Formats: sequence, C-alpha cells, structure tokens
Amino acid sequence: MAYTFRGGIHPGTKDDPGFKSATNKKPIEVLKAPDKVVLPVSMHIGAPAKPLVKKGDIVDMGQMIAEAGGFVSAPVHASVSGKVVDVVPMLHQNGSKVLSIVIENDHEDRLHESVKPKDFEAMTNDERIQAIWDAGIVGHGGATFPTHVKIKSGIGKCDTILINGAECEPYITSDHRLLLERPEEIVEGVRYLVKIMGVKQAYIGIELNKQDTFAKIEELLNNDPVIKLAPLECRYPQGAEKQLINAVTGREVPSGKLPADAGCAVFNVDTAGAVYRCFAKGMPVIRRVVTVSGSAVVEPKNLEARTGTCITELIDACGGLKEAPNKLLAGGPMMGVAQFTTDVPVLKGTNAFLAFCGEEDKREKAPTCIRCGRCVGVCPMHLTPVYMNMYASRNNLEGCEEYDVLDCIECGSCAYVCPARIPLVQQFRVAKMRVQDKRRAEAAAAQK
Amino acid sequence: MYDFSKVVITSSPHIKSKEDTQSIMLDVLIALIPSLAVSTYVFGFRAILMTAVSVIACMVFEAIYDKIVGKPNTIMDLSAAVTGVLLAFVCPVTLPYWMLIIGDGIAIIFAKCLFGGLGKNFMNPALAGRAFLLASWPVAMTTWAAARSSIGLISNSQETLDAISQATPLAIIKGTAEGDLPGIASMFLGMCGGSMGEVSAVALLIGGAYLLMRKVITIHTPAAYILTVAVIAFIFPMGDLGHMESLAYSVFSGGLMLGAIFMATDYSTTPVSKKGQVIFGIGCGLLTTMIRYFGGYPEGVCYSILLMNTTVWLIDKYTRPTKFGAPAKQKKEG
Repeated sequence: MAYTFRGGIHPGTKDDPGFKSATNKKPIEVLKAPDKVVLPVSMHIGAPAKPLVKKGDIVDMGQMIAEAGGFVSAPVHASVSGKVVDVVPMLHQNGSKVLSIVIENDHEDRLHESVKPKDFEAMTNDERIQAIWDAGIVGHGGATFPTHVKIKSGIGKCDTILINGAECEPYITSDHRLLLERPEEIVEGVRYLVKIMGVKQAYIGIELNKQDTFAKIEELLNNDPVIKLAPLECRYPQGAEKQLINAVTGREVPSGKLPADAGCAVFNVDTAGAVYRCFAKGMPVIRRVVTVSGSAVVEPKNLEARTGTCITELIDACGGLKEAPNKLLAGGPMMGVAQFTTDVPVLKGTNAFLAFCGEEDKREKAPTCIRCGRCVGVCPMHLTPVYMNMYASRNNLEGCEEYDVLDCIECGSCAYVCPARIPLVQQFRVAKMRVQDKRRAEAAAAQK
Repeated sequence: MYDFSKVVITSSPHIKSKEDTQSIMLDVLIALIPSLAVSTYVFGFRAILMTAVSVIACMVFEAIYDKIVGKPNTIMDLSAAVTGVLLAFVCPVTLPYWMLIIGDGIAIIFAKCLFGGLGKNFMNPALAGRAFLLASWPVAMTTWAAARSSIGLISNSQETLDAISQATPLAIIKGTAEGDLPGIASMFLGMCGGSMGEVSAVALLIGGAYLLMRKVITIHTPAAYILTVAVIAFIFPMGDLGHMESLAYSVFSGGLMLGAIFMATDYSTTPVSKKGQVIFGIGCGLLTTMIRYFGGYPEGVCYSILLMNTTVWLIDKYTRPTKFGAPAKQKKEG
C-alpha cells in the first residue's frame, strides 16, 4: 500500500514521468574541487552568518569561516583549503548580491582540526544539537531551514519523524541517487535523529518511482521497531512538508502553524545524511549532490560538488550547453528560481540546476480565466485559486484573505494545469505580501 | 562563456501542461462531430450548412464586438465556434437561416460579450440564444422535421414544412401533439423528430466519452443530471408509460444528453468544485422533470440549465472546499 494526499498533479509525459529518465540511472560523479569557491553568508533561511575570517587568512577544509548570526541561522564552513582572497558581496541565486567569502583553493584538501568523529553516546542532547548547529546543517531539500531549530523546537512536541525522500519535483534525481548509493548514511542519520528527538516512530517516505531503493533500505532497517519505510504514490507536491505529513500520518498541520503542531518533524534524506556525517566523521556541510539536467544540457548528470562551486563548472562537466538556453533554473521546474546566468555558486540547498532551450514560450499576453475549475481540483491545500485570482487581480485584499491566500504554499500545481496560462502563483505571491503588509500596518496602528 | 541573451526570467512554475483554452475548445468541437454526422444522415446536408452558418456568424459577431470595444481578438480561442455549433444543435433543422443568425448575435453579444467575454458570462450563450429564439418565433422553433424527409437546403415553403413535420417523442407523451411514438431503439440512434444535435443519444454519448477520456469534463455533472431525471421518470412514469419505458424515453429523447454532456458542463456558467457540480446536476435534473411534468413546454432542458446558471455563485459560495488544516470549528460549519 502506498500513501498519498488529496490534490496535486503528475507532471511529465507517459514515457518519462517526472522527466527524471535523463539522470535517474546516472551514478553520482564527484566533481573535481574548483580553483575558487564563493561561499555566501546566507545559504539558509534566517539571519546571515557573520564572517570569522578576513582577506589574506589561510583556512582549512571544514573550518568554520562564518558563525551563526542568531538562533535561526547557520554557520558556513570552508569547502576547500586555501587562502581567503576576498570578503565581498557576490551574486547569489536569489538575484541579489550577498556578502560572500571567496577562497582560492590550494588543492591540498587539508582537513581542519575540528573535523573528527564525535562520540555520540557520550554526548548530552544539548551537545548533540549544538554539534548539528556547528556543522551548519540546514534543510537540504531546498528550503534550507536550520535543522537545529527544527530539532530544538520539536523536542517534546513531536512524536514522529518523517524523512522526506519524495523528491516529487520533476527532473531532480539527487535524493534518488543518494538513497540508492549511500543509504547507510541516511539510515544511520535517521537513527541519530530519532535518539536526539526521542520520538516513538519515524518514517522514510519514498515515492514509488524510486522503488529500486526499497530493498536496500529495508535491509538496513532490519525490522527496526521505530523506523519504517513508507512507500508513497508519485504525485507532486508530495515532498511539501504538510502534504507529506498528511500522506503518511493522516494528520493535517493546522492552518498557519508549523509541522511540530501536528507532532511531526520533517527532514530531507540528505539532511539525515548530513547528520550522520556530522557525528560519524565530524564533517560539516561542505558538499552536496546537484542534478544538472534540462533540454539544453549536453549530458545531464548527478554531480557531487563543493559548496561555493560556480555552476558554470557543473555545466562544463556535463559537456556544456547544446545551444543558447532560454531558461535557467536553480532547483526544480515547479518551485525553482529562474537565473539569468550560471555564474552563481552551489549552495547548501541547491538540489538541481536546469537549463532549457527551444521550449515554447507559454506566457499569454492577456490570459482569461475560463472558470474550468482545474485549479480547485489540484490545489493540495484545498483552496479555490480561481476566486483567489479574481480578488488578487483586482487587488481586493479582503477578498484574498477571505479566500485564504495566506495558506497558499506556492507549489504551482494550479498554474501548471491552468489552460488559460494565468500566472497564478505570481499573483498569489504579490497578494500574500500585500496582505501581510496590511496586517502589519493594522497591528502597528492598533498599538498606537 | 555561454550565451545567455535569450534567457527569460519568470516566476515559478516554469513548466505548464500542454492543454490550453484553444485545445479544450477544439476537443469539444471534435466531440460534437458524431452528432453532426448523425444529424446529417437524418436531416440531410442542411444540417451541416446550418452548423457552418451558425459557427461563422458567432465568430464574426465576436470579432466585430472585439473590434468595436478595442479588445484583442478572441475568436481563436474557439469558444465562439463551440457556441455556434451548440446553438445550431438546439434548433430545428428547418429554422430559417436569418433567425439562426439573430440567435447567434443574441448568444454572442448579449449573453457573452457584454458580460466581459469568455469566462465572465453567467448564462450559457447557446441556451440564451435558443430561449430568445423560442420566445420570438415559437412556431418556427417547434416545427420538427421527420427523419429522412426531403428538406430544402436553402428555404422551405409552408407546405413542405407541414408535409414533413413530426412531433417529438416528449410532445407526444405529454399529449401536446399528435403522432406515433417512435421505438426506443430508433430514438436512441436518432431516427426521430427533434432539434439537430439532440436526436441521437448514442452519438452524444460517444462525444461525452471522448470528453471524459480527454479529461475536458468530469463525470460529476452529467451523471448527477441524467441520474436525477432517470430516477424520477422511473418512480413517476410519464403519461401512461410503464416504469422502464418512461425512464428510457425521458433519458434518451429530447435534449437531455446534449444538455447534460455539453451544456451543463460549460465551464463559465457552472460551479468550479466537484461537489458544486453534483448539486448543479441534481438541480438541473429536478427542474427538467418539473418542466416536463408540470410546465407548458414538453421539454425543459434549456430552461433548467439557464435557471441553474443563475445559482452558480450561490453554489460556489457554499461548496467551497474546506481548506487543508482548517480549525475543527470551521470544518463543522463547512
């Protein structure tokens, strides 16, 4: 029996469901460490990290080069050994310039003294959480929420851990390959997480298109009384926290609340792997697996790259681009962020980089809603995008609030199926910002 | 270095399904082809000419309206063509062309464009056009040619009309017209009097199956509509028919199939949620049987759908899905 949720879509074609066939059989290739890495101090949600090094410093691999800038923040580590050549704002995947530490690689890969295995059993729980924080672990699924915050705020509230191996975004196969090639790290990481959070049950949720990973994981779990494998039907957005929780446990995260309010903590499979590496090897987050794919890429691959590697080097390693691309994406095609250049670094949450060419431009000049109701059927939050759009396009914020625009998770299912090609998610993003601005203004007025 | 001059920046999602408004409307037109074929067999070449005239008239009216108000031309979304076919299908094949063209004008200009065009009209344009024609020229709109009779391609004199006219099965059952009731099989296949598109239930069902397969419509509205009519006709037989006969005649005759599959599923004028669509279908079914049993007309599909069209905003309001993670209290109310 496979679990799933109500709503959602099935992107892809009949022959290539989820557009994953280009890379799902390609083993992870380790990319040669680049000559230069660019490490932004913001690779996570929350306060930017504060640089600990200055121009001219010599750093070792795994050395903390920027400390957390608050509780909801994560440190940054040198992904190569070498010399800090600059600490300047550099282009980030979010389109703005972010303070970044630029390190020139001396290709010695000298490990920093702090990188050594930790005695997990001898540590107190606070020390363990501190170790995860110090390792700079954030949600590797793309949202990059600092993991120690999730753990700390979840202890006592959560009775269930969910490991997110849904990987429902089309084209991306990095988690798939990790589950297939390094399941030991993931399963051990889950064991650590279970002990730290003291939960009674944990599920590793994996979609059926990754069935080839099941046997090995079952073997490693070895009838574990706590950790179980949860097969999931293929459906986007199954990897969204709320949908995954609903699919596996049947619980609904209350509107406006966090997964912990439904007693669940959700971690990406590679986050679990990072937790394992943090304790077993003492290694902080300095590398990650990136799926490089899309119609413009000559030879799509799954590449393991150091954080801070320029994306251009990943494209080069895939044989370059066939022709001038018309779309570049950091992340998947449903929720990824459009880029205008490949001159951006690999971040902790970069699970894919896609380049497309020759795609038909499906934007409409004057899109007209025909009220077909497809958006209502696919919305995984069970909203009515057709009416939300009606109010949003008129800038009627009361109407937007009434129709729960703030509950929108921006998964893009509605815009994907919309035959009128209305940029629904864009409308809702703007509407959400305006509603929040309005609420803040009202709150400020009420205080006076 | 790579060439990024063509790169476009947009908000996510960056992939879209293949379907668009035009492809959906094209699917509806394809689904109407079996009915047109049967209609041509039953009523002759005039059926095709009527349909073509109606489609062209609708598209021209929409183009003129767009031009006058300065809107981008919208005829290539093919929704006007669908309205044209449907209006022709709910008229008798002998209706003079000029009346049909006036009906097209009412449908496109008054029922659709004046409300803001596709997606903003609250009444089914084709049915609004038919209601207008029926009120204006009741005799011409209820003169039904018998199957396989010699119908003039361009015009028909009053004598020919009298000679070839035949009452519809529902009118005969209701007793508002004289005639022999056709057998159920010939009615199912379309060999009986009636308006152009509604004579053959089997052709309409083929079209409906195509639309279901292409996921243009869902089963909810047609099933709710047809089942409601069927159940009532079975429990309370029409005229002096038996239970099963009453069921067969009420489901396979008249415009029920056409209405349930092609009109009650019109996107603009029906509810957006599945629950709402079921309620809409049941409402249409109840009104149709009410009009057939107690109304002045033998047929009630047109008016029942038009009446239910006006309730869509209310149905949508009360069948809004309960949002994910809604507080329990709200859930009870919903």
